[in-house]
Amino acid sequence: MDWLNAIIQGTLLGGLYALFAAGLSLIFGVMRLVNIAHGDLIVLSAYIALSFGVSLGLNPLVALLLVVPSMALIGYALQRLILNRTMGEDLLPPLLVTFGLSVILQNVLLMGYSADPQNLQAGAIETASVNLGPVAVGVMPVLVFVTAVVVIAALQWMFYRTALGRAFRATSDRQDVAQLMGLNRAHIFGLAMALSLAVTALAGVFLGIRTAFDPAAGGARLIFGFEAVIIGGLGNLWGTLAGGVILGVAQTLGAKIDPGYQILAGHIVFLIILALRPRGLFPRIDG
Amino acid sequence: MTLRPTLTVTRRTRLSTAWLILLVPIMLLLIAAPWWAGRADLRLMGEIALYMSLAVLWNLLAGYAGLVSVGQQAYVGFGGYLFFALTMLAGLHPYTALPLVVLAGFVISAPVAVLIFRLRGAYFAIGTWVVAEVFRLSFAQVSSLGGGSGTSLSPDIVRSLADGRDAREAVAWWLALGAVVLVIGAVVWLLRSRQGVALTAIRDNELAARSLGIDIWRTKFTVYVLVSGLTALIGALIFLQKLRISPDAAFSANDWTAFVIFIVVIGGIGTLEGPILGTLVFFALRETLADLGTLYLIALGVVAIVIMLFAPRGLWGFLRDRWGLELFPLSRRVSGLAKKEA
Repeated sequence: MDWLNAIIQGTLLGGLYALFAAGLSLIFGVMRLVNIAHGDLIVLSAYIALSFGVSLGLNPLVALLLVVPSMALIGYALQRLILNRTMGEDLLPPLLVTFGLSVILQNVLLMGYSADPQNLQAGAIETASVNLGPVAVGVMPVLVFVTAVVVIAALQWMFYRTALGRAFRATSDRQDVAQLMGLNRAHIFGLAMALSLAVTALAGVFLGIRTAFDPAAGGARLIFGFEAVIIGGLGNLWGTLAGGVILGVAQTLGAKIDPGYQILAGHIVFLIILALRPRGLFPRIDG
Repeated sequence: MTLRPTLTVTRRTRLSTAWLILLVPIMLLLIAAPWWAGRADLRLMGEIALYMSLAVLWNLLAGYAGLVSVGQQAYVGFGGYLFFALTMLAGLHPYTALPLVVLAGFVISAPVAVLIFRLRGAYFAIGTWVVAEVFRLSFAQVSSLGGGSGTSLSPDIVRSLADGRDAREAVAWWLALGAVVLVIGAVVWLLRSRQGVALTAIRDNELAARSLGIDIWRTKFTVYVLVSGLTALIGALIFLQKLRISPDAAFSANDWTAFVIFIVVIGGIGTLEGPILGTLVFFALRETLADLGTLYLIALGVVAIVIMLFAPRGLWGFLRDRWGLELFPLSRRVSGLAKKEA
């Protein structure tokens, strides 16, 4: 029964990892950009929610109404002002610029909030649980998992059913031709990053409610999101959810064997999948 | 028409010859450092030499082979830990342990390369980070090396290097100096070889290099394994200087990757002189601005971004574009052609 419990908890944790990964997957799909600062932006979202909580007394779940648009705005500005200048054939500039951004963000957060671990207080919902047959599951992890499913379904619908999605797909296929068809590439890229960071905002707030975070917590979050993307297969959003679940289950099962193996077990499962299925389990596009 | 004999290809320039001659007194001065420098200066110079080695190696990987790794701390930590294990657990003399560390670095990095070369570009970068995390978490499980809290090098091993504190500091400096000479020498040798021409071609245009018949995978594999083994050696020397090792210090992404990347970007990526100049600039900044703490790191990040956006070839790239400077005889120049037009 313990093992079944670990698998269910791991599956729900996978919802959070899918949220880490969805933003990463989105910008890679549209503009082949890998954002090394992605994890630090997740942590930044948690700190913004913390500040809204302290200054306006908002519950973090309510603060999402402010954090999501704030992060989207930051994303659009970041892409238009800095990252668009690095887009081109050479992949070194975007990589090194987002790497520099990551170091800057960590140290700005360190100056503003100190290195003390922080936590977002969401009230009674944090400890509430429901009985699902033989095991009890927390309401919060279920809420996170459902959110991840809804976000991925919405992104999928947006990509294949809306004008914006068509613009994203066109730019992804051939940037120059899309430009000729009257799409403003710089603006499209800005929108993609805005959407990516809006999802990041959800991920950051849920992360902050689940565990304590500090300015250096971003690196591990980037890695988990990246592993979920690669396990699921590049460019496949539902695959990303599957990747998150596999990673989450691997971690909780690893922790069950020995607490020291929790994170290591996730990495090892990732490396095994990379060795056996280098393109991930459900690949859509080439890297 | 006897145009041909007048054409000569040379890699030397007047500047590079002057520089190589100048290197002789500089090297003699540096070897004699224990007699003219204080203990603190000697330690700082040792640190500079080791950082310069890391920068030159990372630049070979990222600047030439296009393998942008953010996980070289994997090999720094691996080298440090293996050195502690070989000397303390296996009882080897430090001088025997050091070459074994290099060999082990080659051996462990080969399968890692096979695995992570499946990831392209930026995903390769994050893949290297995962490998570094696996190394860190694994070494944290080894209880005979102190587990998560780390361990200190036992005094006997330190004493086996030399008698007396001054003599030990001198030996540590000579080892660091020897390492940087070995690393720069190895890179110069590699870049002047046939492999080096292939590498430079890959740096300039991977597609064109492939169509000329260069085996891209094998060239990159060779560079990755060579760089990783030498990085492990530098890691061993870093922790021989520090005398204490722990998983967080050994596999620190900030210390062994972020700083190194900033050094190379500021100095000029894709040139041999860039990382050398970058290291000197980095330490000059650090010694004057270190009191600023986190603000200093923010400033470094901003400088690196600004350079990447507006002068992506760095300080040395700027100098080279402007005056064609090159200190090491690496690129080939054709002479005898331009005479007629001039």
